[in-house]
Amino acid sequence: MNMVKEFSVGTPLEVTLPPVSRLDLIKYAGASGDFNPIHTIDEEATKAGLQGIIAHGMWTMGNLAKLFTPYYEEVFLEDYSVAFKGMVFLGDVLTLKASLSSIQNDRYYFDVAALNQKNESVVKGSAILKRL
Amino acid sequence: MFESLIGTRSTPVKNIVERGSLKAFSKAIGDESPIYLDESVGKRSRYGCNIAPPTYPRVFDYGEIQGFNLPNVGLIHGKQSFHYERPLLVGETVMCSTSLENYYERNGKSGLLGFLILKRYGEEPGGKLIFTEEQVVIITEAVREGMSS
Repeated sequence: MNMVKEFSVGTPLEVTLPPVSRLDLIKYAGASGDFNPIHTIDEEATKAGLQGIIAHGMWTMGNLAKLFTPYYEEVFLEDYSVAFKGMVFLGDVLTLKASLSSIQNDRYYFDVAALNQKNESVVKGSAILKRL
Repeated sequence: MFESLIGTRSTPVKNIVERGSLKAFSKAIGDESPIYLDESVGKRSRYGCNIAPPTYPRVFDYGEIQGFNLPNVGLIHGKQSFHYERPLLVGETVMCSTSLENYYERNGKSGLLGFLILKRYGEEPGGKLIFTEEQVVIITEAVREGMSS
């Protein structure tokens, strides 16, 4: 477990994921119960007008939240909101970021984002961690 | 086309935060923290048991809003938010329901877009709120035309 006192404005929490694989999305489909075929089957994605299968937005959102997991002994995620800005394709390399914007009483306010290898945000939003 | 259903809520469905399902979910998002998965770490934690990843409520059954039918294809997930009163605990029972909060249409680049605002609720069996979830789902004109034909 990490300590909340390590949080500081201007030092983002950050991690880069391995390239998105089909197996990642098959696993997420199975674990979440979201079997929309545009996430797993090429022909269905093409039929829907996409250039290939795309990641579930919730897969990216779920991944992004793990930046906070090491702190859950001291805080919990009270609010977590994102907009899905762009599609994530197979082979894309995502960097997940959370930047502390302010601390107010027992709450830590973060801006969060997932960026692809072209540095475009595919997910963008905010999170509030509340001290327990 | 969904206006008449605004405000309709499903009958709550009983769900359980199951250890096996939670393990598969944690793996699928690459977040295999001992706070979620290791029983002894959970026991020693301030929660007294393991907790669930914040986006885990995706797996729950929220029941059906009567008369509300969406196609499984052609929908765009625009936005998503979670609000927690406290973390979700492994093993606990959660009563889950969903409601259509709002529906409106706007002109976009690819024609008239429909915006569905869906809210989801997770409550203790006694009715106390644990979390809410809100999603914005965008329906394109092509999909809406397919539905009405």
